[in-house]
Amino acid sequence: MERNVSHIALFAALIAVLGLVPKIDLMSGVPITAQTLGIMLAGTVLGARRGALAVLLFLLLAALGLPILSGGRGGLGAFMGPSVGFLVGFPVAAFIAGLIVERWRVSIGIAALAGSLIGGIVVLYAFGIPGMALILGKTLPEAALLATPFLPGDLLKAVLAALITRGVMVVRPAALMSRP
Amino acid sequence: MLTLTCPIETRWHPVPAGAKLIGLAAATLLVVALRTPLAVSAGLVVAALVYLAEGVGFARHGLRMLRPLWPFVAVLAIWHGVTGALADGVVIGARMLTAVALANLVTMTTRLDDMIAVVERAAQPLARLGLAPRTLAVAIALMVRFTPVLFEKYGRLGDAWKARCARRANWRLVLPGLLVALDDADHVAEALRARGGL
Repeated sequence: MERNVSHIALFAALIAVLGLVPKIDLMSGVPITAQTLGIMLAGTVLGARRGALAVLLFLLLAALGLPILSGGRGGLGAFMGPSVGFLVGFPVAAFIAGLIVERWRVSIGIAALAGSLIGGIVVLYAFGIPGMALILGKTLPEAALLATPFLPGDLLKAVLAALITRGVMVVRPAALMSRP
Repeated sequence: MLTLTCPIETRWHPVPAGAKLIGLAAATLLVVALRTPLAVSAGLVVAALVYLAEGVGFARHGLRMLRPLWPFVAVLAIWHGVTGALADGVVIGARMLTAVALANLVTMTTRLDDMIAVVERAAQPLARLGLAPRTLAVAIALMVRFTPVLFEKYGRLGDAWKARCARRANWRLVLPGLLVALDDADHVAEALRARGGL
């Protein structure tokens, strides 16, 4: 019990840190933050339930007023803006990513890549695009078009999430709670 | 850690957090229901006046909080400029700005402690589903405390990288940063257990 709570809380803090520090530069020069990398890792490292709870805790504190969403955003206003769909999709994305790693007993790198792609991209965009469509008053295909610039970065992050999850398995297998 | 609460005292600061949240919910429903360009623009003007009533400094702070929305406003302007449906663009853009500005107002005038108190009170019925109020309180406190701690440790990993390598660290710090967080989580779990557990 204590271990669950402390891992959920510390991972929520890590997701916050990843949204603030390391700017990964895409080849196009568009800086992207590693926040969604943190969302994917929450699922692939902590597992479905703990991962989703860590993301929920992170979102709760962001809503309450900590400037921890990527780029230092936060507060209730972030949940009224065009990215609300992505925020709602974050915990589901982590849950699905974790579920795939837990249930699909192939090598950890492949399972984590599949989990990150399906959870962190397919599921996340399935929430994020309708959210953008709703707030910006666009049809779903139009909103999907507006979301495509983020796709290369998210594909890169899914690959990184798989590599990092495998790294955890190699150096600290006991810490990989998604594969007990 | 810094929060988004605005240090400039306003008439909204003493209002209880719960009341502000209920008021925000009502105001948001109202804003979303606005349909004509005139009504939506009026809503935006009212929101601007609410900010300006607290002084120019506060209003400027509020404007800074809206910065993440400008790219979307630009997209809307270009989109509707091209399609010619400018009135629709004004309605969508102004409605979005108003809703976010009102929500920001609550965030800017409510201390984090008060917000957390509201959440803990609202979460009490969840005890029946197995989420003890104390567990939630501990999780929130740990997260708030460890965000700056991990931020600093991550920064130190970055410094160590820079001392050894001219290239940028980019994603290579994520794994060590993750391990730091997982190790800290184990230590915290032991400490919690040693103090009687949850």
